[in-house]
Amino acid sequence: MSYLQNIGTYFLMIAEMFRKPTKWSVMRTLIFKDIDDLIINSLGIVAFIGFFVGGVVTIQTALNISNPLIPKYLVGFATRQSIILEFAPTFISIIMAGKVGSFITSSIGTMRVTEQIDALEVMGINSLNYLVFPKFIAMMLYPFVISIAMFLGMVGGLAACIFGGFTTVNDYIMGIQEGFEPFHISYAFIKTLVFAFLLATIPSYHGFYMKGGALEVGKASTTSFVWTSVVIILLNYLLTDMLLSS
Amino acid sequence: MIEVTDLHKSFGDAHILKGISAYFEKGKTNLIIGQSGSGKTVFLKCLLGLFESDEGIISYDGKIFSELNDDQRRDLRADMGMVFQGSALFDSMTILENVMFPLQMFTNQSKSEMEDRADFVLKRVNLVDAHKKFPAEASGGMQKRVAIARAIVNNPKYLFCDEPNSGLDPNTAIVIDNLIKEITDEYQMTTVINSHDMNSVMEIGEKIIFLKDGEKAWEGSKETIFKTDNKVVTDFVYSSNLFKKVRQMYIDENE
Repeated sequence: MSYLQNIGTYFLMIAEMFRKPTKWSVMRTLIFKDIDDLIINSLGIVAFIGFFVGGVVTIQTALNISNPLIPKYLVGFATRQSIILEFAPTFISIIMAGKVGSFITSSIGTMRVTEQIDALEVMGINSLNYLVFPKFIAMMLYPFVISIAMFLGMVGGLAACIFGGFTTVNDYIMGIQEGFEPFHISYAFIKTLVFAFLLATIPSYHGFYMKGGALEVGKASTTSFVWTSVVIILLNYLLTDMLLSS
Repeated sequence: MIEVTDLHKSFGDAHILKGISAYFEKGKTNLIIGQSGSGKTVFLKCLLGLFESDEGIISYDGKIFSELNDDQRRDLRADMGMVFQGSALFDSMTILENVMFPLQMFTNQSKSEMEDRADFVLKRVNLVDAHKKFPAEASGGMQKRVAIARAIVNNPKYLFCDEPNSGLDPNTAIVIDNLIKEITDEYQMTTVINSHDMNSVMEIGEKIIFLKDGEKAWEGSKETIFKTDNKVVTDFVYSSNLFKKVRQMYIDENE
């Protein structure tokens, strides 16, 4: 029953987020601040993880191909497919649920604990629009982050080939280009946009509706990470089934 | 004027407010006093609309709060100023930005006009040279003054203060009390203060409502509270020896 109530409250929160908009001059500043906090400040960790995991995928694929009949360009092909289809959109999103999600939950939760949200409400401000909507808009730039993860993942694979000697650069690049399906990019970005929405709203929900003090802010951040990850994994399955298996 | 009729509020099985009726007059400092757990904060939050009451009517100059839709409630709230117990300043903003915030949200003034107005109210609460500080860099008394400045910057009709003296030394507490009283007189606001500080009661209690266990147990003013024989009130207000002596002296002088 409590799960149903939480799901209902979550959807009511989303509806309320679009009502009674904050003045554009104020909202613009909030959006730019959230783009800086959520997108720009995540580029470093996403680039680092993307590059090295791309390299690891390449090494693992190369080491597991022992049959001489399997062409060497398959290493590049497998790296591209793994990174574009799953690693960049899904696994980076789970990492972002920890980084961005806990930031959102703790910042909104602290405002709840210190009565700053009450202060907004008393002033007649739609606090959900003021706090959550700019995060939602900022996260619409999340596909840009995932594009960087995709690109650097493949560059990481290339670097692994060059420095590890697992396959030739020519074979790797041939594999990257082999059997390319443009729809896979669309599929990845559809997933990314859905995950961006979840990354902005689920942590906001856990911060906004939390009760208690400083300890509960920490607990809310953990709960928010768990639920954001669970929903991302479930929707990943559903979207993959819907978009690729037909 | 704010008028409350037969207000009830429960949380689960706990019946917190049990049919409170009261009115708060314009241009006066109205105090709600009572022991911890008597329902003061819940009552104040019901007045502000932060808690939805279960039964009863809250009327702001004839506008019945429960009959207003969300947008009308937000418009009404733009006429309210609130000083929270913990000040509730936005910690990512400077003191000047905190005070300018309601102007940014509700007026179309230019930046320089907003700065001038914020500067004026900050001077009014005796804060100079603190504009660029962040709330975390300000003392408790300064934070309370900033909260008052933020609450009055948009000329509200109603000012609410939840324990404005909590955590302050006696001198600063008196300064804050007098400031609220002066501002109430000056701007003719309806001011409602939630307090259990007896100094505040004696200094600025033009109208006092005493709550006990979620019910209104007594109503009067700082003058009548000295004379009352209501045991519940005297047990609470004159619980310290100092106040017992003060009361006796007042009675002796006036007999």
